[in-house]
Amino acid sequence: MSEIEKRISIKSSADIITARGVGREMAKQLGFNIVDQTKITTAISELTRNIVTYTGKGKVIIKRIHSDVDKRDGMAIICTDKGPGIESIELVLEAGYSTSNSLGLGLSGAKMLMDDFDIKSKPGEGTRVTIKKWLR
Amino acid sequence: MDIPILKIENFLVVTIQTEMSDDEILKLQKDILSRIKEVRASGLVIDITALDVVDSFMGRTLSNIANTANLLGAKTVVVGIRPAVALTLVELGIRIKWNLNTALNLEKGIDMLKKCIEIRG
Ligand SMILES: Nc1ncnc2c1ncn2[C@@H]1O[C@H](COP(=O)(O)OP(=O)(O)O)[C@@H](O)[C@H]1O
Ligand SMILES: [Mg+2]
Repeated sequence: MSEIEKRISIKSSADIITARGVGREMAKQLGFNIVDQTKITTAISELTRNIVTYTGKGKVIIKRIHSDVDKRDGMAIICTDKGPGIESIELVLEAGYSTSNSLGLGLSGAKMLMDDFDIKSKPGEGTRVTIKKWLR
Repeated sequence: MDIPILKIENFLVVTIQTEMSDDEILKLQKDILSRIKEVRASGLVIDITALDVVDSFMGRTLSNIANTANLLGAKTVVVGIRPAVALTLVELGIRIKWNLNTALNLEKGIDMLKKCIEIRG
């Protein structure tokens, strides 16, 4: 595999489309089926949109990963920003919770769509969301 | 990029052709609604065959267009949702809030509109 890690800075909705394209391409190359490609791309769209909507700017790293434990490959997406951070992780993970009067399905949805989901956030410092999908 | 809005009989047909930025989606929403008023359309078909991702923002926008079009007297059907997109939308949990009529393709969408309008009289 030539490119195993890509970084994209996220500032506008055009960057969301770029990130989705990069994610889709890598998922395809790694051999994910069309449904998983779509799930991964949609999760990338949700997380990068949150960066644009709630923080203005941030970045996403999309990379190939390998687990020695269960000998499989996968893909990780790491979204980081230095925005306002999140007070209650529990609350924002509730489906339907939104502070911008939108659907509130981005974080809960990304969690559902992927195999692993991890969020770290500190009010005033920023947020990092890491999601992973493993090849079956 | 301007997305053409076609008129077939008394229905408007919009075929979304590429991935759209948020601004483009919101502009399309405005264009569709003003065309509905202009031609007094009684139905609207939105064809999303070309979309390989529909996230919650796009889902919400489609649902907003449908709700507003309905208020203006145009019943809305979304056609061409890819199987992988449909599965993803369900898992995203969007179904609960996505009160949209859907049909397999353009032809079936127009059939659906015709039936609804017959019933309405
Ligand atoms: N990167 C982020 N920084 C700060 N707050 C965030 C971030 N991402 C999400 N949030 C908060 O979590 C809430 C839920 O996010 P999400 O599930 O994507 O739904 P929505 O974006 O529709 O509100 C948002 O309304 C926002 O308050
Ligand atoms: Mg969101």
